[in-house]
Amino acid sequence: MVTLKVNGKTHALDIEGEMPLLWALRDEIGLTGTKFGCGIAQCGACTVHVDGVATRSCSVPVASVAGKNITTIEGLASADGKLHPVQAAWVAEDVPQCGYCQSGQIMAAAALLREKPNPTDADINGITNICRCGTYIRIRRAIHRAATTKA
Amino acid sequence: MGHLEPVSGEDSLSRRKFIVTGISAAGGLALGFAFPGLAFARPLSSAPWSNDAVATNEINAWILIDPDETITIRIPHAEMGQGAGTANPMIVAEELECDWAKIKGEFASPNRNVRENNVYKDQNTVGSRGVATSWQYLQQAGASARGRLIQAAANRWNVAATECVAENGAVLHKASNRRLTYGQVAADASKIKLDKEPAIKSPDQFKLIGKPMPRLDTPVKVNGEAKFGIDSKVPGMVYAAIESCPVVGGTLASVDESGVAGKRGIVKVVKLKDAVAVVADNTWRAMEGLNALKITWNYGPGANSDSAQMKQLYRDTLNEPMVQARKDGDAAGVLAQASRVVEAVYEVPHLAHAPMEPLNATVHLQADRLDVWMGTQSALSTLQQGAEASGLKPEQVYIHNAYLGGGFGRRSKNDEMVQAIAIAKDIGKPVKLTWSREQDMRGDRYRPQAAAKFRAALGPDGMPLAVETKLAVGSINRSLGRPVDNGLEGQAVDGIANSPYKIPNFYVGGAMKNTHLLVNFWRSVGGSQNCFFYESFIDELAHAAGKDPLEFRRAMVDRVDFVGVIEKLNEKSNWKTKLPKGQGRGIAVAENHGSVVGTVAEVTVNDRDQIRVDRLVVAVDCYHVVNPKIIEAQMESGAIYGLSAVLYGEMSVKAGQVQELNFDTYRVVRQAEAPKIEVYLVPSGGAKWGGIGECGTATIAPAIANAIFAASGKRVRELPLKNVKLSQLASI
Repeated sequence: MVTLKVNGKTHALDIEGEMPLLWALRDEIGLTGTKFGCGIAQCGACTVHVDGVATRSCSVPVASVAGKNITTIEGLASADGKLHPVQAAWVAEDVPQCGYCQSGQIMAAAALLREKPNPTDADINGITNICRCGTYIRIRRAIHRAATTKA
Repeated sequence: MGHLEPVSGEDSLSRRKFIVTGISAAGGLALGFAFPGLAFARPLSSAPWSNDAVATNEINAWILIDPDETITIRIPHAEMGQGAGTANPMIVAEELECDWAKIKGEFASPNRNVRENNVYKDQNTVGSRGVATSWQYLQQAGASARGRLIQAAANRWNVAATECVAENGAVLHKASNRRLTYGQVAADASKIKLDKEPAIKSPDQFKLIGKPMPRLDTPVKVNGEAKFGIDSKVPGMVYAAIESCPVVGGTLASVDESGVAGKRGIVKVVKLKDAVAVVADNTWRAMEGLNALKITWNYGPGANSDSAQMKQLYRDTLNEPMVQARKDGDAAGVLAQASRVVEAVYEVPHLAHAPMEPLNATVHLQADRLDVWMGTQSALSTLQQGAEASGLKPEQVYIHNAYLGGGFGRRSKNDEMVQAIAIAKDIGKPVKLTWSREQDMRGDRYRPQAAAKFRAALGPDGMPLAVETKLAVGSINRSLGRPVDNGLEGQAVDGIANSPYKIPNFYVGGAMKNTHLLVNFWRSVGGSQNCFFYESFIDELAHAAGKDPLEFRRAMVDRVDFVGVIEKLNEKSNWKTKLPKGQGRGIAVAENHGSVVGTVAEVTVNDRDQIRVDRLVVAVDCYHVVNPKIIEAQMESGAIYGLSAVLYGEMSVKAGQVQELNFDTYRVVRQAEAPKIEVYLVPSGGAKWGGIGECGTATIAPAIANAIFAASGKRVRELPLKNVKLSQLASI
């Protein structure tokens, strides 16, 4: 039995401790906003927050995050549905194309802004999430916009 | 058993209230979700699969109007990021004269298209055709609905339809100052047959087309709601992972299943001709089960090849007889007499598509019905493919197309669905097959490997007098089991055979040569290799003539589209200004998928052979602009896609096996490497509408290679750059 605290809700799951968090979220809890892209922590499509830190959920066994605060893209907006500033900036800049990597991109950006409220371009370059649609320019613009609206 | 609709996860169910929105064609309940505390509108549903039934509020198959004035527009094409989900409804709404804020999009049903005599026309989203070949009938669908709404209101008022106009979602009879909204006359309009279809607007009458409207799919793509194929879940479903023979063309010999004995959640090991699948109660358990098998393959003849041998194959093919694609004048004759011949050989390797969403398909096979949830670019061909694989009739096959997590050509041929059907047949349950990234790379149908040999002679004015091109390239048709008519397929020579340059003696020939690897359409298709070859060689000729590469090209074109693109690049790139030492600027222009596109690249090279792309200036003439914002995004997208291929893209082969199986070895561009990109639209109008999803990739490679030459004096004639040591190349 593994207890996961996801988006403020506790899930007691009868699963193996070595199951990657990604698959517990997607197949066991049913939160499919977090995506599978590579399985080896390269692409970042599976990025979630574990105690506020951007984490590649495909490469984290559930046993290591039991009891910690896990936030997925579904839990980023506030309870009343108000978008997180990063999500709002993504809408304003019309960032997504295919959209598949964007949950991970948004989670990575939100974690960066938490750590550095006014990130430089070099800070943004530290996000290594892959986007095959090449939305990087808009992602950069949206992160700067989110930083402005937050401040 | 009826028609299964996907269900959402427990968490979603607890937060959201189910509402019943309609009855599906098979009589089952189609479920939708209400969102309490809706923070913003969702003009496209998070679950994009179409309604296969005929709705009661249809004006025609394309347009539904509710009494509350909500207008639903059916979208024939798939949404894979290229923006058809926004651009297609914009074209319909342009004619409909309605409030864009009231628009909802809904993807059109492939099954209904089959049942109703092709009512949604072309649903294959390939070849940059989403707007370029559909605008006319989309406009007509909107105009036709508008005409019937007007007629319905006129009938209500007992006046002539010619006295009425449609404006902002209502019909007006100005003479009597009367007004009926579309919602008020929609039911009547749906019964009206017009004597004559209304004429469609000409571009000078457009009010909505050309505006930078926000994408309709953005809201559901920023909060995790958007459903991709991989997110599908149907009741009773099990999960499958698969590994195909690492050498394409090989077959399965045997499987030692002892490794999965007693493992939790394993349902079955399914053996296919050239692959093994493990079915389990969770994706991870299926993948782990697959890893625990000991599989023995019959590799077959493909195992005798490697990268060096394949490279030699294409070089050798350049010396074989060519099939002629274009012949102006007598290039061979002029070259035989020329005092100086400029020659070069160019080469590129196979490339993977590597969309972010690995291929997957969720299949529910019943005796008289097949349901498939997946992301496909080719809903109609996939439907036929599903009918063949299941033995059912096309009208019994339901393709529920999801948002596509990238396509780039890969999702035009759905091997994953055929495998999933085979697994479903074996186990008798609904199944979701998810390819691992490794399977996605191994099971790809690659951009063909290719080589080109050029010979050219310059005239006394320094301009090309004769250019001869010989191409050796993999046949996509052969990989798809289609014939290669007359020995050469159009995409093999695209980008060169349609060259706009005024060269009096011009020859293009090609020879098709396949390896054991399967090849397919890859964003910009022939342009992806041929524009690199040709526009690099044109640059070589400009330098051989001592001429400015931009002016050289400008002097060889008189087409308005090419002139417009070149002049915009000249202006916006500051072409005439000098860059510091170690930096260089390169230009390339081309026609690709019906549009003319050009790029000026700025690069920095250093004495350690490092190359950095600093800036890309892109100009495009697609003749008519539906949504400038989406076109700009597509140009940026095409540029980054092309840049990944230029810097890193290569499928290397050892003993017949592709070596790059994940993003650690198949490196792609990330944020830190993304250059500044500026996009300029220079639409020149006219009868033709150009494509936009692919052309942005075509000129990236040559512009960068030409910039490297300008910066270093070194000519790059093979890609990717990761294999190129500039210091070891001869200076020209």
